Amino acid sequence: MASVDLISGRPPAADAAPAADAGGAATRRPAAGIWLVGVVLPLVVAVGWEAAIRFGLVQGRLLPPPSRIFDTLVTLARSGDLATHVLATLSRIGLGFAVGAAAGTAVGALTGASRPLRRVLDPTIQALRAIPSIAWVPLFILWLGIFEASKVTLIAVGVFFPVYLGVMSAIASVDRKLIEVGRVFRLSPLALVRRVLLPAVLPAWVTALRSGLGLGFMFVVAAEFMGASEGLGYLLVDGQQLGKPDQILAAIITFAVLGKLCDSLIVALTAPLLAWQDTARDRL
Amino acid sequence: MLSIEALSKVYADGTRALEDVSLAVEAGEIVAIVGGSGCGKTTLLRLVAGLDRATQGAVRIDGEVIDAPHPAVGLAFQEARLLPWLRVRDNAGFGLQHMATAVRRHKVDDALARVGLTAHADRWPRELSGGQQQRVSIARALVPGPKALLLDEPFSALDAMTRASLHEHLLALWDESRPTVVIVTHDVEEAVTLGDRVVVMQPNPGRLFETIGVDLPRPRRPLDLGFDSAKHRVLRALDASLGGRERFPGTAGDSAAKATPATGRRRWG
Ligand SMILES: Nc1ncnc2c1ncn2[C@@H]1O[C@H](COP(=O)(O)OP(=O)(O)OP(=O)(O)O)[C@@H](O)[C@H]1O
Ligand SMILES: [Mg+2]
Repeated sequence: MASVDLISGRPPAADAAPAADAGGAATRRPAAGIWLVGVVLPLVVAVGWEAAIRFGLVQGRLLPPPSRIFDTLVTLARSGDLATHVLATLSRIGLGFAVGAAAGTAVGALTGASRPLRRVLDPTIQALRAIPSIAWVPLFILWLGIFEASKVTLIAVGVFFPVYLGVMSAIASVDRKLIEVGRVFRLSPLALVRRVLLPAVLPAWVTALRSGLGLGFMFVVAAEFMGASEGLGYLLVDGQQLGKPDQILAAIITFAVLGKLCDSLIVALTAPLLAWQDTARDRL
Repeated sequence: MLSIEALSKVYADGTRALEDVSLAVEAGEIVAIVGGSGCGKTTLLRLVAGLDRATQGAVRIDGEVIDAPHPAVGLAFQEARLLPWLRVRDNAGFGLQHMATAVRRHKVDDALARVGLTAHADRWPRELSGGQQQRVSIARALVPGPKALLLDEPFSALDAMTRASLHEHLLALWDESRPTVVIVTHDVEEAVTLGDRVVVMQPNPGRLFETIGVDLPRPRRPLDLGFDSAKHRVLRALDASLGGRERFPGTAGDSAAKATPATGRRRWG
């Protein structure tokens, strides 16, 4: 028992709190600041790394110490460059994600709900999905030019497939028994969608959006590699060409922070809608 | 009045779930249906509720043919089938969305009180026991005040005490608005406690075997005069309907098994 408590970082009483008690939700919420536990490992690694370089155990030229990376970040931030690059990357992701997620949701919902449509569309979409999205890049550049349009399109394509797949399979696998409950109460098709289908697929939809966002971040880097004058991807390329590993690592760390923040934003925005779920979600 | 006319149902895989079932239920009558597992009880209720189409025959309520779910007919499924994203209160009020909030709230509170779940109104379904979920599902069927109420083994997951108290509540409710009630049960005692008539069904293919009138004043208690004899008639019909075979697989025709019915609650199927 004791080791379990250590790992979960939570008193056993909190886990064992019976859902039976009306205030169950409150008692099960982890103590504020518990997330700090997750920072311990990166912190230890950073301190060890710093120390190793300071004590001359390793050379810091290709692997700059955290303090240097931090300095680079501060310099970039002071000059306003960081904000420019972050904004450029975020607006590409934002636009590409919005388009890809909207299209994935709409097409996924239609094909999930209608079997004939699924028979017609799904094989083609699955075939397209099998193409590595990066393979589209030359074509997109030919069609849409080297600037924003081709980049956003690439991101949108990357986001589309996981969202499409998640929504389509979620809709197609909604429990027929719950749909029958809607039928017994004579819901109109629209009400059935709103009161049964949508809530039923919401958890899968959120998961699909999250994996879509992950791919969005992957493709924004690819897009910015193929020629950009600003953006975090540009910082990476620039750092490589000028031999500045601290800049590369600063950009990578910014990616990590941004990605985590955007993901947490999705989770936080949708959490109230998913409070009913009987899962270990809040532990993930 | 609910009339079931020469109803047959053959499922796509060829299962003859119902064959030529006819039954007329008077308005305000309570009919209990008993029968071995798989004899078509759920199929029958689904046809009456308009969820499935009959292969042959028809169901009418007050002369109107039922071929799709009808506002006058309420059904509580064999499984609770609560919507996990709605709190107990909203699950119970699922059929009342079109009503004003205040009216809805009043009706829902009343129904939840009848099934003894007032204290749980704001919980999620996942926080309820199986029996509690079943009671919410009964409340959900009761709330719109249907003219015909179909209950598919509604009390099967409850202990004897809760069950008895829900029988009382059901009868009190029935006394107020006199809906027609068709209740499927595996419990012979429950059938005799509630039903004006007990219909015994027979499997393979599913059909009516015998109808037993229970002419006892309500409320009925197991020790009342005549209760035991009604129960015996139902048990005997059940025995005959199953041909003494399927009740106790492996001990077919065992005479000791036939001697036990008087010992009270027994489950069939
Ligand atoms: N959707 C279906 N497709 C094919 N066969 C079915 C279907 N639903 C039920 N059946 C079959 O029809 C017969 C009657 O089933 P039904 O569910 O009506 O039985 P039941 O009397 O309610 O049984 P129980 O007491 O176990 O609930 C069974 O043999 C069953 O296997
Ligand atoms: Mg059944």
